[in-house]
Amino acid sequence: MSLDRIKHIVLILSGKGGVGKSSTTTQLALSLSLAGKSVGVLDIDLTGPSIPRLFGIESAKVTQAPGGWVPVPVHAADPATNTGALSCMSLGFLLRERGDAVVWRGPKKTAMVRQFLSDVYWGDLDYLLIDTPPGTSDEHISLAETLLKTALPGQVAGAVVVTTPQAVATADVRKELNFCAKTGINVIGVVENMSGFVCPNCSECTNVFSKGGGEVMAQEFGVKFLGSVPIDPQFVMLVETGRRPVYPVGTEVNGLDIGGQTHGNPAADVKDPEQLVRKYQSCSLCPLFGDITKAVTEVVEGRV
Amino acid sequence: MAPSLEVPEPVEEVLSHPIKAAPKLVAPEPEHCPGPESETAGKADSCAGCPNQAICASAPKGPDPDIPAITARLSGIKHKVLVLSGKGGVGKSTFTSLLAHAFATNPDNTVGIMDTDICGPSIPKMMGVEAETIHVSGGGWSPVWVLDNLGVMSVQFMLPNRDDAVIWRGPKKNGLIKQFLKDVEWGDMDFLLVDTPPGTSDEHLSVNSFLKESGVDGAVVLTTPQEVALLDVRKEIDFCRKAGIKVLGIVENMSGFVCPKCTHESQIFQATTGGARALAKEMNIPFLGAVPLDPRIGMASDYGESFFDAWPDSPACTALKGVVRRVGEEMGLKAGSVLPED
Repeated sequence: MSLDRIKHIVLILSGKGGVGKSSTTTQLALSLSLAGKSVGVLDIDLTGPSIPRLFGIESAKVTQAPGGWVPVPVHAADPATNTGALSCMSLGFLLRERGDAVVWRGPKKTAMVRQFLSDVYWGDLDYLLIDTPPGTSDEHISLAETLLKTALPGQVAGAVVVTTPQAVATADVRKELNFCAKTGINVIGVVENMSGFVCPNCSECTNVFSKGGGEVMAQEFGVKFLGSVPIDPQFVMLVETGRRPVYPVGTEVNGLDIGGQTHGNPAADVKDPEQLVRKYQSCSLCPLFGDITKAVTEVVEGRV
Repeated sequence: MAPSLEVPEPVEEVLSHPIKAAPKLVAPEPEHCPGPESETAGKADSCAGCPNQAICASAPKGPDPDIPAITARLSGIKHKVLVLSGKGGVGKSTFTSLLAHAFATNPDNTVGIMDTDICGPSIPKMMGVEAETIHVSGGGWSPVWVLDNLGVMSVQFMLPNRDDAVIWRGPKKNGLIKQFLKDVEWGDMDFLLVDTPPGTSDEHLSVNSFLKESGVDGAVVLTTPQEVALLDVRKEIDFCRKAGIKVLGIVENMSGFVCPKCTHESQIFQATTGGARALAKEMNIPFLGAVPLDPRIGMASDYGESFFDAWPDSPACTALKGVVRRVGEEMGLKAGSVLPED
């Protein structure tokens, strides 16, 4: 079984689409890697895989080895900076053309999810993050079933549930929390994404999708609230173009001044060949996710 | 050899098969099941040894006998429009409810919304009818009427508790969508808008095959400007092409945000690859317009109000009205009959 050498499995769930499951997965993976953990990311969103794009490895292909499919490496471990290795598996790597539609009914999706869980050669991992599509249907049922049957006791640490603050989104995410309760998946906590946007011109914070909905929902369901994450267009730019985030002078996050760090010529940064994980360290969301990751690891590693 | 899906997927086969009545199985479908409804059911290589083999092989083949009933039920509906997007959270349901409100401003129009998002229904909340239930009469299920001329059908109306999760696999979802079309008393309507979940899977295939015979005017595709979203939307347009669904056009939602304090416009979701405009050009489909991100749209949706009534003078409202008129034009309707000029 390919999951045998994985210490902790964490699912990223949300009933709602487009709330940032994949970008939360990406940032959790990068933060865990920065904390020295070896991380794997499995993308089971079969009809809309985003993980290859977010890690900037869209053209990569999966290779076959005697132990199974070899996941696509994002970066190798670097003991000098206490960075763990990071690799990904997604249906996106199996497509001929990036625009090709994957038109599959349930049974075929179920088969693929099972194959992803059994045939990928992850090797030794501290964390496997599983990114999911929105909803509570075939992929989720298959995932829960397969993990229930095959995972070692204590291996499935639980789920990080992502939402945006507005009521229309939390209405669907409540359904997902009930799904977790019914299928016996432990909820590690709730992340509220897209919580506020700071105007780069006047620093006024607008709650584009209202605010606080995630925290209220977490309280109602008696689950841990892991934190809120604002919208940062610089993060979007980082994953879209690979540009290192640059902030105006005086920008502070958690009392830490991150503004005006240009890291050389900003124009040249567009083709910055540096690793995504290094560039991410300049992003304002990095310290926020550092805290969320710390909270997640405390819950996960405290359980075992 | 590297594993891949490079062998062209038999999408055409999946699409060309009208859904057949699924036989009752005695065991779960095996991994490489051709599908109990397919032509090769019970005869494929992977069927050997399956406990269902005899059942599948002897199941009736041919088109679904319910399709004529669906066609008859929908015969009083003049126009059917799908709202699609490969990506979640781009505003499919918001746009569907706004489009319905816009069409319904003309009192001569009757408008229906069918919410096919079974696992995450948003339409009832946005229309302010979350707590309603379905009434059953001799003629069938009655839609929930939001206005005199605006009716809605969604799985949310059937849940005992608001937050209940609908944990269903594909065939069960297909069954409910069929019931929404076959058993709901839609009556005479000018427009039926079909809101869909993200992706290209069971719900989309079912809607397509159930509605094929009664005819669909086309699909409006929603997206946000960034490439991560466009990537999935490209797949949806590819799906429409293969399924023979006409794409009426693409709408770019959450396009730019104007700070309410200093009126500086920021691109929250940057169109690094040209956004929906470039995609429309690339795929040769009409571009219907761009709607800015306005927090008040989200608020109106949370409270179940019509954004058009609440903020008629906002720039987002003007942009939306433009898009609604373009949708009407692409359907070959007079702009004035779709949305009266102010």
